[in-house]
Amino acid sequence: MLHTVNKSPFQNGTLASCLRFMNSGDVLLLLEDGVLAAAAGTRCSAMIEQLLQSNPEVYALTADLDARGLKRVIPGVKQIDYEGFVDLVAQHSMHAWL
Amino acid sequence: MAEVKKIMFTVRKAPHGSIYVYEGLEVKLIMAAYDADISVVFMDDGVFALQKGQNTKALGIKGFEATYGALVDYEISKIYVDRESLLSRGMTEADLLVIGEDEESEEPLHPQVVDADFIANLMAQQHNILCF
Repeated sequence: MLHTVNKSPFQNGTLASCLRFMNSGDVLLLLEDGVLAAAAGTRCSAMIEQLLQSNPEVYALTADLDARGLKRVIPGVKQIDYEGFVDLVAQHSMHAWL
Repeated sequence: MAEVKKIMFTVRKAPHGSIYVYEGLEVKLIMAAYDADISVVFMDDGVFALQKGQNTKALGIKGFEATYGALVDYEISKIYVDRESLLSRGMTEADLLVIGEDEESEEPLHPQVVDADFIANLMAQQHNILCF
């Protein structure tokens, strides 16, 4: 299953909830304000760092990272463009944590 | 015959501060008219929507506790509550509203409080998951 999170982890509990209900083998895509969770060296970085140990497929949408000038991304988070986003959606059933 | 679609609704927002919970309920009732395997999971602030004894009169809105009380009549009986969300908001099973009554015993039915593992496992089986 592909989970998408579009909320900032600093302001909103959506990412924390998503992580609590993810199964092993599930994929996470961060987009819109959700990409803030992919920034390295923040008080929320540990959430994604910990996830990567059990679920290595964690993506962040490049357009949203670039728009926010986020250069320091947590190692292991894969950056994808809109085409990659479409591929992920085509490959998985999806759960958008809106 | 086509496989029956498994559709899960998640309710994650508090009631009355926004239209989400109400709209979600409307969608559930519409979907109940189709031949789908529907489940509903209340988590995060969504558990506040299940507090019994809601009185929205002074807000001038209809409220939906009575409608929740008819969910089983609409054949929506797989109603689950995330235990951690419930307990962390100071609520217990005794606070939960009624979703219908047992056909035989006529005892009131309540949402079922379950752990995260149960919900994660259920999510993995769904064709679609809709957030409200």
